[in-house]
Amino acid sequence: MPTYRDQAIVLHTNKLGEADRIITMLTRNHGKVRAVAKGIRKSTSRFGARLEPLNLVDVQLHQGRNLDTVTGVETVAAFSAQASQDYSIWTAGLAMAETTDRIISADHEPANAQFLLFYGGLKALVEEAHSPGLILDSFLIRSMSIAGWAASFDRCAKCDATGPHRWFSVTSGGALCSECKIPGSVTPAPETISLLGALLAGDWASADLSLDKYRKEASGIVAAHLQWHLEREVRSLKHVERRKDETVG
Amino acid sequence: MYEGILQDLIDELGKLPGVGPKMAQRIAVHILQSDPETPKKLAELLLILQDRVNFCEMCGTVSEEAQCRICRDPRRDVSQICVVEESKDVIAIERSREFNGRYHVLGGSINPSQDIGPGQLRIKELITRLQDGAVQEVIIATDPDMEGEATSTYLARHLGPLGVTVSRIATGLQMGGDLEYADEVTIGRALSGRRIISQGGIS
Repeated sequence: MPTYRDQAIVLHTNKLGEADRIITMLTRNHGKVRAVAKGIRKSTSRFGARLEPLNLVDVQLHQGRNLDTVTGVETVAAFSAQASQDYSIWTAGLAMAETTDRIISADHEPANAQFLLFYGGLKALVEEAHSPGLILDSFLIRSMSIAGWAASFDRCAKCDATGPHRWFSVTSGGALCSECKIPGSVTPAPETISLLGALLAGDWASADLSLDKYRKEASGIVAAHLQWHLEREVRSLKHVERRKDETVG
Repeated sequence: MYEGILQDLIDELGKLPGVGPKMAQRIAVHILQSDPETPKKLAELLLILQDRVNFCEMCGTVSEEAQCRICRDPRRDVSQICVVEESKDVIAIERSREFNGRYHVLGGSINPSQDIGPGQLRIKELITRLQDGAVQEVIIATDPDMEGEATSTYLARHLGPLGVTVSRIATGLQMGGDLEYADEVTIGRALSGRRIISQGGIS
Protein backbone atom coordinates (compact mmCIF):
# COMPACT_ATOMS: atom_id res chain seq x y z
CA MET A 1 0.00 0.00 0.00
CA PRO A 2 2.52 2.66 -1.05
CA THR A 3 -0.21 5.19 -1.86
CA TYR A 4 -3.67 5.42 -0.29
CA ARG A 5 -6.56 7.85 -0.20
CA ASP A 6 -8.87 8.71 2.66
CA GLN A 7 -10.98 11.46 4.18
CA ALA A 8 -9.33 13.22 7.11
CA ILE A 9 -9.81 16.03 9.61
CA VAL A 10 -6.62 17.96 10.34
CA LEU A 11 -5.87 17.93 14.10
CA HIS A 12 -2.76 20.10 14.20
CA THR A 13 0.34 21.05 12.24
CA ASN A 14 4.00 21.50 13.16
CA LYS A 15 6.64 23.37 11.21
CA LEU A 16 9.34 21.18 9.68
CA GLY A 17 12.53 22.63 8.20
CA GLU A 18 12.37 25.67 5.94
CA ALA A 19 9.02 25.28 4.21
CA ASP A 20 7.43 21.96 5.23
CA ARG A 21 4.89 20.99 7.85
CA ILE A 22 4.03 17.77 9.64
CA ILE A 23 0.25 17.38 9.44
CA THR A 24 -1.43 15.27 12.13
CA MET A 25 -4.87 14.16 11.00
CA LEU A 26 -7.62 11.75 11.92
CA THR A 27 -8.65 9.73 8.89
CA ARG A 28 -11.94 7.92 8.40
CA ASN A 29 -10.40 4.47 7.73
CA HIS A 30 -6.72 4.64 8.73
CA GLY A 31 -6.95 6.21 12.19
CA LYS A 32 -4.49 8.90 13.20
CA VAL A 33 -1.91 9.65 10.52
CA ARG A 34 1.11 11.94 10.59
CA ALA A 35 2.34 13.06 7.20
CA VAL A 36 4.76 15.59 5.73
CA ALA A 37 3.32 18.28 3.43
CA LYS A 38 6.34 19.43 1.47
CA GLY A 39 6.66 23.12 0.61
CA ILE A 40 3.29 23.95 2.22
CA ARG A 41 4.60 27.17 3.82
CA LYS A 42 5.69 28.64 0.49
CA SER A 43 3.20 31.08 -1.05
CA THR A 44 3.35 29.03 -4.27
CA SER A 45 2.29 25.81 -2.51
CA ARG A 46 -0.44 23.85 -4.27
CA PHE A 47 -1.80 22.80 -0.86
CA GLY A 48 -2.72 26.41 0.02
CA ALA A 49 -5.02 26.65 3.03
CA ARG A 50 -6.43 23.15 2.57
CA LEU A 51 -4.40 21.56 5.36
CA GLU A 52 -5.24 24.04 8.11
CA PRO A 53 -6.40 22.50 11.44
CA LEU A 54 -10.12 21.53 11.62
CA ASN A 55 -10.53 21.19 7.84
CA LEU A 56 -12.17 18.07 6.45
CA VAL A 57 -10.18 17.01 3.38
CA ASP A 58 -9.94 14.23 0.85
CA VAL A 59 -6.26 13.39 1.02
CA GLN A 60 -3.88 11.19 -0.95
CA LEU A 61 -0.88 9.92 1.00
CA HIS A 62 2.27 8.05 0.18
CA GLN A 63 3.23 5.61 2.91
CA GLY A 64 6.67 6.18 4.43
CA ARG A 65 8.77 4.39 7.04
CA ASN A 66 8.03 6.86 9.85
CA LEU A 67 5.95 9.62 8.36
CA ASP A 68 3.71 9.47 5.29
CA THR A 69 3.86 12.16 2.60
CA VAL A 70 0.88 14.18 1.38
CA THR A 71 0.74 13.92 -2.42
CA GLY A 72 -2.69 15.42 -3.07
CA VAL A 73 -5.50 17.12 -1.16
CA GLU A 74 -8.99 18.44 -1.89
CA THR A 75 -11.19 20.36 0.55
CA VAL A 76 -14.46 18.71 1.57
CA ALA A 77 -15.43 21.23 4.29
CA ALA A 78 -13.31 24.29 5.15
CA PHE A 79 -14.26 24.41 8.84
CA SER A 80 -11.10 26.40 9.68
CA ALA A 81 -12.16 29.44 7.65
CA GLN A 82 -15.53 29.63 9.42
CA ALA A 83 -14.17 28.79 12.87
CA SER A 84 -11.41 31.42 12.83
CA GLN A 85 -14.01 34.17 12.36
CA ASP A 86 -15.43 33.49 15.83
CA TYR A 87 -13.07 33.19 18.80
CA SER A 88 -15.43 31.01 20.91
CA ILE A 89 -15.99 28.53 18.09
CA TRP A 90 -12.30 28.44 17.18
CA THR A 91 -11.06 27.76 20.72
CA ALA A 92 -13.74 25.07 21.21
CA GLY A 93 -12.77 23.44 17.89
CA LEU A 94 -9.08 23.38 18.82
CA ALA A 95 -9.89 21.85 22.21
CA MET A 96 -11.80 19.11 20.35
CA ALA A 97 -8.82 18.54 18.05
CA GLU A 98 -6.30 18.35 20.91
CA THR A 99 -8.54 15.97 22.88
CA THR A 100 -8.91 13.71 19.83
CA ASP A 101 -5.13 13.74 19.37
CA ARG A 102 -4.56 12.81 23.03
CA ILE A 103 -7.26 10.10 23.18
CA ILE A 104 -6.01 8.32 20.05
CA SER A 105 -2.44 7.54 21.00
CA ALA A 106 -1.52 5.01 18.30
CA ASP A 107 -1.10 5.85 14.60
CA HIS A 108 -2.89 3.92 11.83
CA GLU A 109 -5.44 2.27 14.14
CA PRO A 110 -8.95 2.81 12.73
CA ALA A 111 -11.05 5.14 14.90
CA ASN A 112 -14.18 5.58 12.82
CA ALA A 113 -16.50 6.36 15.74
CA GLN A 114 -14.19 9.18 16.94
CA PHE A 115 -13.90 10.49 13.38
CA LEU A 116 -17.69 10.68 13.00
CA LEU A 117 -18.08 12.29 16.43
CA PHE A 118 -15.40 14.89 15.64
CA TYR A 119 -16.96 15.67 12.27
CA GLY A 120 -20.41 16.02 13.84
CA GLY A 121 -19.03 18.25 16.59
CA LEU A 122 -17.23 20.57 14.15
CA LYS A 123 -20.30 20.80 11.91
CA ALA A 124 -22.51 21.69 14.89
CA LEU A 125 -19.95 24.29 16.00
CA VAL A 126 -19.67 26.17 12.70
CA GLU A 127 -23.43 25.96 12.10
CA GLU A 128 -23.89 27.36 15.63
CA ALA A 129 -26.50 24.68 16.35
CA HIS A 130 -25.96 25.19 20.12
CA SER A 131 -23.66 27.16 22.42
CA PRO A 132 -19.99 26.29 21.57
CA GLY A 133 -19.28 25.47 25.23
CA LEU A 134 -22.13 22.92 25.36
CA ILE A 135 -21.07 21.33 22.07
CA LEU A 136 -17.51 21.02 23.37
CA ASP A 137 -18.58 19.45 26.69
CA SER A 138 -20.89 17.02 24.90
CA PHE A 139 -18.03 16.10 22.55
CA LEU A 140 -15.64 15.52 25.46
CA ILE A 141 -18.10 13.31 27.37
CA ARG A 142 -18.87 11.25 24.28
CA SER A 143 -15.19 10.98 23.30
CA MET A 144 -14.45 9.53 26.72
CA SER A 145 -17.35 7.14 26.27
CA ILE A 146 -15.89 5.94 22.92
CA ALA A 147 -12.47 5.57 24.57
CA GLY A 148 -14.02 3.31 27.25
CA TRP A 149 -14.07 5.87 30.07
CA ALA A 150 -17.80 6.60 30.05
CA ALA A 151 -18.91 8.38 33.21
CA SER A 152 -22.08 7.25 34.93
CA PHE A 153 -24.50 10.09 35.69
CA ASP A 154 -27.85 8.44 36.41
CA ARG A 155 -26.66 5.30 38.25
CA CYS A 156 -24.10 4.79 41.01
CA ALA A 157 -20.72 4.14 39.40
CA LYS A 158 -19.91 1.53 42.06
CA CYS A 159 -23.08 -0.38 42.96
CA ASP A 160 -25.20 0.52 39.90
CA ALA A 161 -28.07 1.73 42.10
CA THR A 162 -30.54 3.87 40.18
CA GLY A 163 -30.13 7.61 40.83
CA PRO A 164 -30.19 10.53 40.88
CA HIS A 165 -27.26 10.57 43.32
CA ARG A 166 -25.78 13.51 45.16
CA TRP A 167 -22.06 12.70 45.10
CA PHE A 168 -19.70 12.62 42.13
CA SER A 169 -16.19 11.24 42.00
CA VAL A 170 -13.92 11.51 38.98
CA THR A 171 -11.70 8.69 40.25
CA SER A 172 -14.70 6.37 40.73
CA GLY A 173 -16.06 7.14 37.28
CA GLY A 174 -19.24 9.06 37.98
CA ALA A 175 -22.09 9.64 40.41
CA LEU A 176 -22.00 7.81 43.75
CA CYS A 177 -24.82 6.85 46.12
CA SER A 178 -24.70 7.68 49.82
CA GLU A 179 -23.47 4.15 50.58
CA CYS A 180 -20.61 4.22 48.08
CA LYS A 181 -19.41 7.82 48.39
CA ILE A 182 -15.68 8.15 49.00
CA PRO A 183 -13.62 10.95 50.59
CA GLY A 184 -12.93 13.67 48.02
CA SER A 185 -16.28 13.22 46.24
CA VAL A 186 -17.87 16.50 45.15
CA THR A 187 -21.52 17.37 45.50
CA PRO A 188 -22.59 19.16 42.32
CA ALA A 189 -26.08 20.58 41.94
CA PRO A 190 -28.66 17.99 40.77
CA GLU A 191 -29.23 20.22 37.69
CA THR A 192 -25.51 19.85 36.83
CA ILE A 193 -25.68 16.05 36.96
CA SER A 194 -28.82 16.18 34.87
CA LEU A 195 -27.10 18.49 32.33
CA LEU A 196 -24.14 16.08 32.09
CA GLY A 197 -26.55 13.22 31.41
CA ALA A 198 -28.30 15.28 28.75
CA LEU A 199 -24.97 16.10 27.05
CA LEU A 200 -24.01 12.41 26.99
CA ALA A 201 -27.40 11.34 25.65
CA GLY A 202 -27.67 14.19 23.16
CA ASP A 203 -30.79 15.62 24.81
CA TRP A 204 -30.24 19.12 23.41
CA ALA A 205 -33.73 20.35 24.28
CA SER A 206 -32.81 20.04 27.99
CA ALA A 207 -29.18 21.11 27.60
CA ASP A 208 -30.07 24.32 25.74
CA LEU A 209 -32.35 25.38 28.59
CA SER A 210 -29.70 24.88 31.31
CA LEU A 211 -28.54 27.84 33.38
CA ASP A 212 -25.06 29.34 33.10
CA LYS A 213 -23.99 28.34 36.64
CA TYR A 214 -24.78 24.65 35.96
CA ARG A 215 -22.94 24.81 32.63
CA LYS A 216 -19.85 26.14 34.37
CA GLU A 217 -19.98 23.44 37.02
CA ALA A 218 -20.54 20.75 34.37
CA SER A 219 -17.61 21.91 32.23
CA GLY A 220 -15.32 21.79 35.29
CA ILE A 221 -16.38 18.20 36.02
CA VAL A 222 -15.94 17.19 32.35
CA ALA A 223 -12.44 18.73 32.21
CA ALA A 224 -11.41 17.03 35.48
CA HIS A 225 -12.79 13.66 34.32
CA LEU A 226 -11.03 13.95 30.93
CA GLN A 227 -7.65 14.99 32.30
CA TRP A 228 -7.72 12.39 35.07
CA HIS A 229 -8.13 9.62 32.50
CA LEU A 230 -5.68 11.10 30.00
CA GLU A 231 -3.14 11.58 32.82
CA ARG A 232 -2.08 14.85 31.24
CA GLU A 233 -3.36 18.34 30.68
CA VAL A 234 -5.33 19.31 27.56
CA ARG A 235 -3.70 22.72 27.06
CA SER A 236 -6.38 24.17 24.78
CA LEU A 237 -9.11 23.72 27.38
CA LYS A 238 -8.04 26.67 29.54
CA HIS A 239 -8.09 28.96 26.48
CA VAL A 240 -11.67 28.08 25.53
CA GLU A 241 -13.82 31.20 25.57
CA ARG A 242 -17.30 30.40 26.85
CA ARG A 243 -19.95 32.78 25.63
CA LYS A 244 -22.03 34.44 28.30
CA ASP A 245 -24.60 36.05 26.02
CA GLU A 246 -25.98 32.72 24.84
CA THR A 247 -26.55 31.21 28.24
CA VAL A 248 -29.93 31.38 29.83
CA GLY A 249 -28.80 32.08 33.41
CA MET B 1 31.67 10.29 14.59
CA TYR B 2 34.32 12.91 15.30
CA GLU B 3 35.96 13.42 18.67
CA GLY B 4 36.46 16.28 21.12
CA ILE B 5 35.90 19.92 20.19
CA LEU B 6 34.83 19.26 16.60
CA GLN B 7 32.07 16.86 17.68
CA ASP B 8 31.02 19.29 20.45
CA LEU B 9 30.67 22.02 17.81
CA ILE B 10 28.66 19.68 15.53
CA ASP B 11 26.34 18.87 18.46
CA GLU B 12 25.82 22.57 19.28
CA LEU B 13 25.19 23.53 15.64
CA GLY B 14 22.74 20.64 15.34
CA LYS B 15 20.57 22.27 18.04
CA LEU B 16 19.92 25.29 15.77
CA PRO B 17 16.56 25.44 13.96
CA GLY B 18 16.64 23.94 10.48
CA VAL B 19 20.13 22.46 10.93
CA GLY B 20 20.27 18.67 10.82
CA PRO B 21 23.26 16.45 11.77
CA LYS B 22 24.69 16.40 8.22
CA MET B 23 24.38 20.16 7.79
CA ALA B 24 25.96 20.70 11.25
CA GLN B 25 28.87 18.50 10.24
CA ARG B 26 29.35 20.40 6.97
CA ILE B 27 29.32 23.80 8.74
CA ALA B 28 31.77 22.61 11.43
CA VAL B 29 34.23 21.18 8.89
CA HIS B 30 33.92 24.35 6.78
CA ILE B 31 34.78 26.51 9.82
CA LEU B 32 37.72 24.22 10.62
CA GLN B 33 39.10 24.55 7.09
CA SER B 34 38.47 28.29 6.61
CA ASP B 35 41.05 31.03 7.29
CA PRO B 36 41.42 31.94 11.03
CA GLU B 37 39.68 35.34 10.68
CA THR B 38 36.30 33.87 9.69
CA PRO B 39 35.59 31.88 12.90
CA LYS B 40 37.07 34.70 14.99
CA LYS B 41 34.64 37.25 13.56
CA LEU B 42 31.73 34.80 13.93
CA ALA B 43 32.63 34.09 17.57
CA GLU B 44 32.88 37.81 18.39
CA LEU B 45 29.44 38.48 16.89
CA LEU B 46 27.88 35.56 18.73
CA LEU B 47 29.32 36.81 22.01
CA ILE B 48 27.97 40.37 21.71
CA LEU B 49 24.65 39.46 20.05
CA GLN B 50 22.56 39.01 23.17
CA ASP B 51 24.19 41.94 25.01
CA ARG B 52 23.82 44.48 22.25
CA VAL B 53 20.63 43.49 20.43
CA ASN B 54 17.36 44.03 22.26
CA PHE B 55 13.78 44.76 21.43
CA CYS B 56 12.35 48.21 20.69
CA GLU B 57 10.51 49.51 23.78
CA MET B 58 7.81 50.96 21.54
CA CYS B 59 7.04 48.38 18.85
CA GLY B 60 8.86 45.27 20.06
CA THR B 61 10.95 44.67 16.95
CA VAL B 62 14.64 43.79 17.08
CA SER B 63 16.78 46.88 17.73
CA GLU B 64 20.21 47.88 19.03
CA GLU B 65 18.83 51.14 20.47
CA ALA B 66 16.05 51.64 23.02
CA GLN B 67 13.80 52.52 20.08
CA CYS B 68 14.14 51.02 16.61
CA ARG B 69 14.98 52.97 13.45
CA ILE B 70 11.32 53.10 12.35
CA CYS B 71 9.94 54.34 15.69
CA ARG B 72 12.66 57.06 15.82
CA ASP B 73 11.95 58.26 12.27
CA PRO B 74 9.81 61.50 12.43
CA ARG B 75 8.82 61.08 8.77
CA ARG B 76 6.79 57.94 9.50
CA ASP B 77 3.00 58.34 9.68
CA VAL B 78 1.99 58.11 13.35
CA SER B 79 -1.70 57.65 12.52
CA GLN B 80 -1.21 54.09 11.22
CA ILE B 81 0.09 51.04 13.08
CA CYS B 82 0.67 47.76 11.32
CA VAL B 83 0.39 44.78 13.68
CA VAL B 84 2.59 41.80 12.81
CA GLU B 85 3.51 38.53 14.52
CA GLU B 86 7.33 38.62 14.34
CA SER B 87 10.18 41.03 13.62
CA LYS B 88 10.83 39.26 10.31
CA ASP B 89 7.35 40.34 9.16
CA VAL B 90 8.40 43.99 9.63
CA ILE B 91 11.31 43.36 7.25
CA ALA B 92 8.96 41.70 4.72
CA ILE B 93 6.51 44.64 4.72
CA GLU B 94 9.33 47.21 4.62
CA ARG B 95 10.64 45.49 1.47
CA SER B 96 7.33 46.30 -0.27
CA ARG B 97 7.91 50.09 0.28
CA GLU B 98 4.10 50.49 0.38
CA PHE B 99 3.67 51.27 4.07
CA ASN B 100 4.86 54.44 5.78
CA GLY B 101 3.33 54.01 9.22
CA ARG B 102 4.74 52.34 12.31
CA TYR B 103 4.66 48.75 13.50
CA HIS B 104 3.69 46.70 16.50
CA VAL B 105 5.17 43.21 16.93
CA LEU B 106 2.91 40.86 18.90
CA GLY B 107 5.56 38.19 19.46
CA GLY B 108 3.51 35.39 17.87
CA SER B 109 -0.13 34.48 17.39
CA ILE B 110 -2.78 33.01 19.67
CA ASN B 111 -2.26 29.25 19.63
CA PRO B 112 -4.21 27.37 22.34
CA SER B 113 -2.70 23.99 21.44
CA GLN B 114 0.77 25.45 22.15
CA ASP B 115 -0.61 27.05 25.32
CA ILE B 116 -0.22 30.57 23.89
CA GLY B 117 -3.16 32.76 24.83
CA PRO B 118 -3.76 36.51 24.35
CA GLY B 119 -1.99 37.19 27.68
CA GLN B 120 1.34 35.96 26.32
CA LEU B 121 1.27 38.39 23.37
CA ARG B 122 2.02 42.13 23.39
CA ILE B 123 -1.65 43.10 23.16
CA LYS B 124 -1.70 45.22 26.35
CA GLU B 125 1.24 47.25 24.98
CA LEU B 126 -0.69 47.80 21.74
CA ILE B 127 -3.75 49.06 23.63
CA THR B 128 -1.49 51.41 25.63
CA ARG B 129 -0.10 52.83 22.37
CA LEU B 130 -3.64 53.67 21.24
CA GLN B 131 -4.50 55.68 24.35
CA ASP B 132 -3.12 59.07 23.19
CA GLY B 133 -5.52 59.27 20.23
CA ALA B 134 -2.80 59.79 17.60
CA VAL B 135 -3.41 56.44 15.94
CA GLN B 136 -6.38 56.44 13.56
CA GLU B 137 -5.98 53.01 11.94
CA VAL B 138 -4.63 49.64 13.04
CA ILE B 139 -3.76 47.35 10.13
CA ILE B 140 -3.64 43.71 11.21
CA ALA B 141 -1.02 41.83 9.20
CA THR B 142 -0.83 38.54 11.06
CA ASP B 143 -0.14 35.40 8.98
CA PRO B 144 -3.03 34.30 6.73
CA ASP B 145 -3.30 30.95 8.53
CA MET B 146 -5.89 29.86 11.07
CA GLU B 147 -3.99 31.17 14.12
CA GLY B 148 -3.32 34.50 12.38
CA GLU B 149 -6.98 34.84 11.37
CA ALA B 150 -8.21 34.04 14.87
CA THR B 151 -5.71 36.50 16.39
CA SER B 152 -7.02 39.10 13.96
CA THR B 153 -10.63 38.35 15.00
CA TYR B 154 -9.65 38.68 18.67
CA LEU B 155 -7.82 41.98 18.11
CA ALA B 156 -10.66 43.47 16.06
CA ARG B 157 -13.08 42.70 18.88
CA HIS B 158 -10.89 44.38 21.51
CA LEU B 159 -9.58 47.35 19.48
CA GLY B 160 -12.85 48.35 17.80
CA PRO B 161 -14.41 49.82 20.98
CA LEU B 162 -11.32 52.08 21.41
CA GLY B 163 -12.47 54.20 18.47
CA VAL B 164 -9.77 53.29 15.94
CA THR B 165 -10.37 51.85 12.48
CA VAL B 166 -9.24 48.22 12.42
CA SER B 167 -8.38 46.78 9.00
CA ARG B 168 -7.00 43.43 7.85
CA ILE B 169 -4.49 43.06 5.00
CA ALA B 170 -6.09 41.56 1.89
CA THR B 171 -5.86 37.85 1.25
CA GLY B 172 -6.45 36.22 -2.09
CA LEU B 173 -4.69 35.01 -5.21
CA GLN B 174 -0.98 35.49 -5.46
CA MET B 175 0.61 37.31 -8.39
CA GLY B 176 2.13 34.89 -10.91
CA GLY B 177 0.00 31.91 -9.85
CA ASP B 178 -2.66 29.89 -11.68
CA LEU B 179 -6.29 30.28 -10.58
CA GLU B 180 -7.04 26.58 -11.13
CA TYR B 181 -4.51 25.51 -8.46
CA ALA B 182 -5.80 27.91 -5.81
CA ASP B 183 -7.68 26.36 -2.90
CA GLU B 184 -11.33 27.08 -2.16
CA VAL B 185 -10.71 29.29 0.88
CA THR B 186 -8.25 31.48 -1.05
CA ILE B 187 -10.60 31.84 -4.03
CA GLY B 188 -13.47 32.63 -1.64
CA ARG B 189 -11.41 35.35 0.06
CA ALA B 190 -10.30 36.73 -3.31
CA LEU B 191 -13.92 37.01 -4.44
CA SER B 192 -15.21 38.58 -1.22
CA GLY B 193 -12.32 41.08 -1.25
CA ARG B 194 -12.63 41.96 -4.95
CA ARG B 195 -12.22 45.58 -6.10
CA ILE B 196 -14.07 47.46 -8.79
CA ILE B 197 -11.83 48.44 -11.72
CA SER B 198 -14.53 50.01 -13.89
CA GLN B 199 -17.91 51.40 -12.84
CA GLY B 200 -20.57 50.49 -15.49
CA GLY B 201 -22.40 53.40 -17.21
CA ILE B 202 -19.68 56.01 -16.66
CA SER B 203 -18.00 57.03 -19.89
